[in-house]
Amino acid sequence: MNLREYLAWLYYQYLLITGIYVLEPWEKSIFNSILFSVITMVIYTSYVFVPIHVRLALEFFSGIFGGQPESTMALVN
Amino acid sequence: MARTAANGHLKPHLNQNGLKREDIKRNGYHNKREKNGPGTCVASRQHKQESFEQAPMYVAVMTYLGFGIVTLFGYFRDFLRAVGIEKCHLAQEREEQKDFVPLYQDFENFYTRNLYMRVRDNWNRPICSLPGPVFDVMERVSDDYNWTFRFTGKTLHNVINMGSYNYLGFAENNTDFMKTVAEKTSQYGVGVCSTRQEIGNLDIHEELEQLVATFLGVESSMTFGMGFATNSMNIPALVGKGCLILSDEVNHTSLILGARLSGATIRVFKHNNMHSLEKLLREAVCSGQPRTHRPWKKILIMVEGIYSMEGSLVRLPEIIALKKKYKAYLFVDEAHSIGAVGPTGRGVTELFNVNPADVDVMMGTFTKSFGAAGGYIAGKKELVDYLRCQSHSAVYATSLSPPVTEQIIRAMKCIMGNNGSTEGIRRIRQLAENTKYFRARLKEMGFIIYGHEDSPVVPILLYMPGKVVAFAREMLERKIGVVVVGFPATPITEARARFCLSAAHTREMLNQVLHHMNEVGDLFCLKFSRRKHSSRPDLHDETGLELSS
Repeated sequence: MNLREYLAWLYYQYLLITGIYVLEPWEKSIFNSILFSVITMVIYTSYVFVPIHVRLALEFFSGIFGGQPESTMALVN
Repeated sequence: MARTAANGHLKPHLNQNGLKREDIKRNGYHNKREKNGPGTCVASRQHKQESFEQAPMYVAVMTYLGFGIVTLFGYFRDFLRAVGIEKCHLAQEREEQKDFVPLYQDFENFYTRNLYMRVRDNWNRPICSLPGPVFDVMERVSDDYNWTFRFTGKTLHNVINMGSYNYLGFAENNTDFMKTVAEKTSQYGVGVCSTRQEIGNLDIHEELEQLVATFLGVESSMTFGMGFATNSMNIPALVGKGCLILSDEVNHTSLILGARLSGATIRVFKHNNMHSLEKLLREAVCSGQPRTHRPWKKILIMVEGIYSMEGSLVRLPEIIALKKKYKAYLFVDEAHSIGAVGPTGRGVTELFNVNPADVDVMMGTFTKSFGAAGGYIAGKKELVDYLRCQSHSAVYATSLSPPVTEQIIRAMKCIMGNNGSTEGIRRIRQLAENTKYFRARLKEMGFIIYGHEDSPVVPILLYMPGKVVAFAREMLERKIGVVVVGFPATPITEARARFCLSAAHTREMLNQVLHHMNEVGDLFCLKFSRRKHSSRPDLHDETGLELSS
């Protein structure tokens, strides 16, 4: 009960702060669905692409700093 | 209050109607103060007592965000209306006239159409009782999102009234107090059916003007039927082309309208900012009129006693010093401050211990503290005689109705302490006490309040458009009637709820309001203040004793 009330209060705060509170219900649904889809896309993109980008960035930076001895050793080997 | 204690005269003045001013002149107290400089000690004290705290940055960001989203939806709805998917409830031209020059300007009503209409059930609420400390509100609902309303037939009884300008509680229907009003109505009727210049000049009007002049401590005064019209119709008679008007940033619409109608040049100085005013004065005196550099015919400084949207008090001693130095004229609009401030209710001149002869034109209204209607202009006899012939309002407007005139007369006599009664002083003290208590408790709870500590107008900042509307609706649910104001009456980021305290509010009513404010403030996260306020023990008295004289 307490958690449900708290979530309802949070939703109410969200309505007040974004100004959605004054709109008609169908407009509220449009805005909520747009916001929800945008957030979902952001989460999906970050889930799929952020680890790959992070790994590539780490490889790039380690390539710069410790790169000279590694590449010559690779050449020799 | 310390100033009156130093003066030492308060009680004896109840019986001597106009003698307080002469007494002040005799004991020389206020003269000494003026010689000390442009009220420097008064200025620093006022500075400490006024506060205009700024909200944290995230509040401004969220306000703009809210307005931005609703504006986007406004464009969307306008598009739907233009395409024809949605029915347009507003006025439109006929089909045959679509090719003509447009009669109804679509874009200028954008804000009204798309924001105000959605939430307009919070304004123009019909009341069906006396606007005293409690009143009855008619319940109305809307089936089509506030385009049309219908009454359910129910009435909400005993809603606490925090919006009426009923500062001294004279909006009452107690038959004992209203006896003289009833007598005059039966003697004169209700309609005057003429203007002051023709046949509408009754003897009670003369009596009222004499009384107002004595009350304010000036030579003579003139009364008009409507407060707004007093400003807008008399300023054109005082200044014209070739004159300069220096008006405060947040002046009332009536002053702005009067200034524009007069044809004088208008320059605006920052609100209550004496440096800005002095800069403008120096520039005006040095450079003169814009192209010809001739000296200005007249320079008129227009200020208000209490500014109704900010709750701040004018810095009267400093303005008087500036006015004397640069030889300008001063117009003070005491609509909210007459009767409500000052130890005996004489307005800002009494509060700051200033000689009323220093203010050239004193204007005020009877709507607020006297519970009647109309306005007055008071000053030197030559000024008032000139206005009697030259002002539009005096010549063409119908004069005050007899019961209204008698109500003003009886309210003023009550405040002045007629027949040694202490009712007037009791009310003034009650208002001062209510003001101090209410403001202190709200600050302590953590709301941002604007204005001076002694001003009975209390604006509480709400900032976000969604919260403003929700606040008004929630308070009405809890049986408290409040007035909320947003853009365009206030700057766009500073929407507020304005509370007007009254001498008729009892401590229990104020406590009830404060209790609900506390709950609503927690519910909506409205407590933005970042200052620490310690809770004072003398504010919370459990016994509910009221201070009576």
